[in-house]
Amino acid sequence: MTALAPARRPAHQIRLSRRLLSVSGWTLSGAFLLVLSGLMVWILAVVFVRGMTALKLSVLTTITQGNGGGLLNAIEGTLVLSAGALLLAVPFGVAAGIYSAEYRFTRWATTIRFLADVLVGVPSIVVGYFGYVGMVQWLGWSFSVAAGSIALAIISLPYICRTTELALRQVSNDLRDAAYSLGANDRRVILGVCLPAALPAVLTGILLALAVSVGETAPLLYTAGWSNYMWDGHLTHSPIGYLTYAIWTFINEPFASANALAYAAALLVTGFVLIINILARFVLDRRARR
Amino acid sequence: MKFRAWLALVAGILPASLAAIVVFLALYSWPAMHFNGLGFVVRDTWNLGNLYANPIMRHGTQVQPGATYGILFLIVGTLASTLIALAIALPMGMGAAIFLAEAVPAGLRLWISFFVELLMAIPSVVFGLWGYVVVIPFLGHHLYPLIAHSLGKMIPFFAEPTGSGYGLLTAGIVLSLMIVPIIAATLRDALVSQPVSLREAALGLGATRFEALWKVMLPGTRKTLIGATFLALGRALGETMAVLMVSGNALNYLPHRIYDPVSTMAAFIVSQLDSALQDPTGLAVRSLAEIAFVLAIISILVNALARLLLLVWNNSQRSVMV
Repeated sequence: MTALAPARRPAHQIRLSRRLLSVSGWTLSGAFLLVLSGLMVWILAVVFVRGMTALKLSVLTTITQGNGGGLLNAIEGTLVLSAGALLLAVPFGVAAGIYSAEYRFTRWATTIRFLADVLVGVPSIVVGYFGYVGMVQWLGWSFSVAAGSIALAIISLPYICRTTELALRQVSNDLRDAAYSLGANDRRVILGVCLPAALPAVLTGILLALAVSVGETAPLLYTAGWSNYMWDGHLTHSPIGYLTYAIWTFINEPFASANALAYAAALLVTGFVLIINILARFVLDRRARR
Repeated sequence: MKFRAWLALVAGILPASLAAIVVFLALYSWPAMHFNGLGFVVRDTWNLGNLYANPIMRHGTQVQPGATYGILFLIVGTLASTLIALAIALPMGMGAAIFLAEAVPAGLRLWISFFVELLMAIPSVVFGLWGYVVVIPFLGHHLYPLIAHSLGKMIPFFAEPTGSGYGLLTAGIVLSLMIVPIIAATLRDALVSQPVSLREAALGLGATRFEALWKVMLPGTRKTLIGATFLALGRALGETMAVLMVSGNALNYLPHRIYDPVSTMAAFIVSQLDSALQDPTGLAVRSLAEIAFVLAIISILVNALARLLLLVWNNSQRSVMV
């Protein structure tokens, strides 16, 4: 990196104030990094140590009963809601991503890119309250899988759009030129050549969006509600449980059994999110190095 | 229809959902906006009125007698917690980025920055759990009395009583941890991609390694840093669950000390919906929608500004996923 290392003056020839600035600058920035990593370790340790003690097999196999029981209903609910969100967001998000990558110089693509970035920044509680007044009340769906999934879909949409776009930008233009020169039209070039080449990165983006929806709470509180029972299969008019709600509510209860459920739920959610992020990192890294 | 036109149409779902959120919240909260007027943002009383009385007509709107809706205390709480978070996160993120970019060997750098930036992936409610279970007792019993006995002697804002640990400073500290990776990641990227010749020139003129960084490399990343700070600001303004769990959820109360309980606009929406539903006129639910609308507009403005800054100054196409 330092191809040219100039001859250094010996330290005692540099004025003391300059040496002090150097030493204190490096010490302080190093200390900040150390504190930051330490806090990260602290969070992970709390979640994993307390979660491991709370996580028993019965937590995974039974439903919530009062202040105890298990989390099977919440695990199922998180899976249903996130799957529903992906089902809705992936087709739209990938299509929007393709458009803003392949026609990137059009004004519409610039607008889409910009608004996707703005939508990422809209607080999730705003999306949740929109879901409440729009779907739960106005459309009369009451707390339901449909309302929760749509709220989550709105949140994951811009992530999927942007990662798809970035993935397609990595595809070499030679591929496109070659395909066009063989007489392929836009559709064949994009769907037959570019998208398959970018597929691992696109899938990674979808996985990361899944991690985001699994970890969300605020958009679900007033759209999905909560239920102690397994999902009855109805899309509307039936509330459903999910893990992040269990973390939030059960940690506030004065019962050890309820707190244990909160820790177990935190371990499940955090573990899932971390695994996806680590996997995504390796997939992207391997591609970047190739 | 042609393939391209189809794609363009489907891509329209993004602007459409953003517009739907804003328009719907505006329409739904319209009666509340009409009733509350501009005083909504300067009154510091949120009162549903007498819920057992019959609704009366005021300004052409059906309300419970005595109902007033003002969110000044929420605006103060949101701004104060965000500012504290930025005041902590900015030096911390800059320090971490500097050390990662300049002092850590390249092979190790990837791993450590990945580890630190994983903070971004941890769900808000898990931060809340951690704050509620371990940070609040630690701060309330150990750190806050310490601050009150030292700094509090000179500045009344830091003086006792320190309370139980729920409050403004705790919310700011937890928030800062959630936004610090945004600043650290963006700045580290910008530092690493600065031209090597800059550093070589500075070193050649006799600067020390830190001087080369502090006086030459870092000023070059100023614009990126400002953009990242705005992104972090937007994130902190709208953060809900973690703040809800550690801020003490004050109602109609302006903080007099840094340890006092506060509430933010985002957290208030969650904590008040149940009681707002008790209002038979529905005006309380609509006033909450007005808060959501105000929050949506603020965050859209802040984020749009941040993206424009990053786009125009940097011409960077890379999107920071936060």
